Formats: sequence, structure tokens, C-alpha cells
Amino acid sequence: MISFRMLLVVIGLGLCSVAQAAGVDKHARNMAASCSACHGTDGYSEGGMPVIAGMDKKLFVITMKDFKSGARPATVMHQHAKGYSDEQIEMLAKFFAAQKRK
Amino acid sequence: MSFSRRDFLKAGVAGIAIGSFPGMAFASSELVKKKGQRVVVVGGGFGGATAAKYIRKWSNNKIEVVLVERNTNFISCPMSNTVLGGTRTIDDLTMSYSTLQKKYGVKLIKGEVTAIDPDKKTVMLADGHLRYDRLIVSPGVDFMFDKVEGLDAQVANESIPHAWKAGAQTVLLRKQLEQMADGGVFALAIPKGPYRCPPGPYERACQVASYLKEHKPKSKVLVLDANPDIVSKKGLFMAAWNELYPGMVEYRPNSMVLGVDVASKTAKTEFEDVKADVLNVIPPMRSGVVADMAGLADVDARWCGVDFLSYESKVHKNIHVIGDAVSAALPKSGHMATSQAKICAAAIIELMGGKQPDQAPVIANTCYSMVSGNEAMHVANVYHFNAEKMAMVSAEGGGVSAKRSELEGAFAGYWLKNILNDVLL
Repeated sequence: MISFRMLLVVIGLGLCSVAQAAGVDKHARNMAASCSACHGTDGYSEGGMPVIAGMDKKLFVITMKDFKSGARPATVMHQHAKGYSDEQIEMLAKFFAAQKRK
Repeated sequence: MSFSRRDFLKAGVAGIAIGSFPGMAFASSELVKKKGQRVVVVGGGFGGATAAKYIRKWSNNKIEVVLVERNTNFISCPMSNTVLGGTRTIDDLTMSYSTLQKKYGVKLIKGEVTAIDPDKKTVMLADGHLRYDRLIVSPGVDFMFDKVEGLDAQVANESIPHAWKAGAQTVLLRKQLEQMADGGVFALAIPKGPYRCPPGPYERACQVASYLKEHKPKSKVLVLDANPDIVSKKGLFMAAWNELYPGMVEYRPNSMVLGVDVASKTAKTEFEDVKADVLNVIPPMRSGVVADMAGLADVDARWCGVDFLSYESKVHKNIHVIGDAVSAALPKSGHMATSQAKICAAAIIELMGGKQPDQAPVIANTCYSMVSGNEAMHVANVYHFNAEKMAMVSAEGGGVSAKRSELEGAFAGYWLKNILNDVLL
């Protein structure tokens, strides 16, 4: 027989896994955190650097791939873009796209 | 201070009860009573302040963070060479720690750590102690004055500033530059690597030359480099010296300054004595001496070895080291310190929750150097954790600017604004 306490634990675990599924990909978050020196915390740039928070995922991926290939000229972004695999670019795109536009 | 006097008194009583453990000679008071899970961060520079903020932010304020910092304000070392050039003042680079407290609930303690007890998980300050579950030591660098005869901390504060930590010495060096007569010699001594901010000394030569070109054009910048060649952005710095400051910057490689004569402002290398009007000796560096309080500097007795998945010390469990003090094939830069701090913060949150940290951290570095009042160039790299080497390894494709530009000069300013916001606001 399942005790009331056990039931609470089971419900608790259920809630946890829901929260986990809805939560951010921490590896992507950690990777994206390095971008904030130039692009602001979570991509909310306050200087002249482009705001990447809320950037459409497709646009982010195309832009990074164009930096990577050299199709789009840059001062620094071509060097950063080459440092990430296509899969990692997708993860970064998803993270920044999930940030709300301010 | 974020706790009331009443809390403080209560903490004092608790402190006496536990204050007599071995290693502590007297009963000391617990400065902030520990209730739940706690991280103590020692050192509020780029690394420590970022770690404090991000542990709060990413743990949804569940983990208590106490930040111990001896200075009242944060002063940015990056871009502080522009104070010498004259495009910024030290006030432009000075920020308050108060937002970390107000917005993120970081508990600030102004003071210096005097001892670390890894077994008791306690740090001592002059007026009491703090208990921790995990400790982050972000001590930056300290200077090995004993490697330069005649130089010590007092001489550096009063007459031969290194100005390699932004603050009073930066202001003193600028003042000496202003007081120097036209036709004078500004001598800049660079230590053997590794040292904080690899391109920094060469940027400084540019900033000093920029000031002299405008105000004292008959003067000279003499660079005495202990290294066999320019350590970072070589072609770009040489181009800047030749094109922007022709005949003004003289570079001498393999010129390690071994001693100084304070009264005559003479720098002594193995080969020659160089008399200067303004003497700026940057001494060799090591991890901040706080690291020695727990014997953390296990690499050449200078730098701290860490596990790059968590920045946990190779010497002690539950003590993490971040920033310039870490022994790594990573540049000792402000951006690197913040990136390491975030990986460390994320790992600590996972470990405290009984989970495994990110097994494949990726971090990036962008470092701008201002070569004139408005032009800059950069070096940029992405670093991946390599599981075989258990180290951070540079990815292909990084590098330096094609050329210096005003556009990058503007970017350097935006970089400063965003990184300071990211660390402190």
C-alpha cells in the first residue's frame, strides 16, 4: 500500500521531471554565457553590440554559418563562429531564441 | 552589510559555541550565520563577482553566497591603459558592488581573508570567520617583488608603479607622465610570461605613445621585454608603433629587468642600466597569495591546478579556483575569468544538488587592445574541454584582427560596457 508520504514523493518526482523538460538545456546555457561579454547577459546587449536575445533561431543559424564560411564578412565573429560545430550553433540559436524580446 | 545588528549579535553567540576548534587560536564570531547551503567567494574581481552573481541567478537564489572583497569598489583592469592615454579616467572604470547585494542577494563582506581551513570548511577574517560548503578562491595575481632587486610594494605605490592592478597606481603613473618633461624617457619593463593580460603591456606602450605624440612629441617609450619577442598580436602592435608613433617606441627583447635604483629611476638588466624619467616596472606574477592559505598553488608554486569541469582545486576538495590564478593554456584575461566563473558556478550548483556538472564546457575569449585614442584590434578564441587531455584546448579558427580600426575601437567600448554589466549588474 502506498502511504500518503510516498504519494507526495511520487507526485514530487513527476513535477520535477516536468520542470526539467521545460527547463533550459544547461550545456547550451553555459556555452551561451560566454557570449555575454560582448552581447550582454543572456544576449541583452546594452552597448552598440547587436542584441541577440530573442533572435529568430533560423536567422541566428544562417548568420553564424555565413560567418563561418566567410560569406558574411566580420571583424571578429568569423573567428568565433569557426569555434563551434553546426550542432553547437543550433544549440546556441535555440537558447537565444528562447530569450524574450525586451 | 546585508544583515542586521541583531543577526550579527546572534551570529556572535553561535560563533563562540563552535569557535574553539583546532587551528583557530581563539574563539571567533561567525560573521554571517550559515543556515542553508553556502558558497563563500574570496575576491571580487571579474572572476569572483561573476561567480557570486551567477550562482545566485542560476540556482534561483537557493544557494547562499557570501562574497569577501577587500576593496570598496570594483575597478576594471581591462581598458585601464586608456587612463594613461587620456581617453578615460579611473572613475569611468569604477563600479559599485551594491547591485550584487540588492538585486541578487549576494552577502558582501568587506575585508581580507587571513586563513583558510579546508578540513573545517572555514575561512578566517580579522574580525571573525565564515563557514562554507564550497569555497571559490578568485585571488587574481600578486607580484613577485623579490625577483626585482630594490623594488617592493611600497616603492610601487610611491614611485615606480606597476599599475598592473587598476587603481591608485594607474592614477600615479598618469600623473608622472603628465609631469614628465618633453624629451623624457618612459621605460616599461615587461616580465616573462605567464602574466596577467598578455597584450596589455604592448597596448600600454601604444597608449603612452599616444599621449606623448600629442603633448610631448620629443619623448620616447622604451620597452624592456623579458620575453624573446612580442607575446601577443605582434604584427598588429609593430604596425601601430611604426605607423602611428614612428621613431617613438623602441622595443628591446630579452631584456629582463633584474633590479632598480629607486632614486635615479634606473632599471638594471643583465646587459645594461637604463635611466628613465618615468619608470614602469611590471614585476613577474603568481596567483594571488590567498591561494597559499590552503596550499592551492601546486604548479611551480605559482599557479593553481584545477579540474576544468568544475574548477575544483587539484589540492583540496570543495575549494575551487578561477581566473588569472589558474594554471591553464588559457589567456589570463577578464573575459576568461568571467567564462571560467560561469562554468564553475554551474558546476557547483549541480554538485550541490547531487548531480554531474556539464561534461563538455565550451568558453570563448575576446580581448581588445586600444592602440590609439580611437582604434583597437582584438584576439579571439573558442576553447573546448578535451576529455583525453583533461584540459581546455583552443578550437581551430581563432585569431587576431586583420588590421586595427576605429570600428573595433567602438566595439572595445561596447565590450567594456556589456562585460561590466554582466559581472556586476
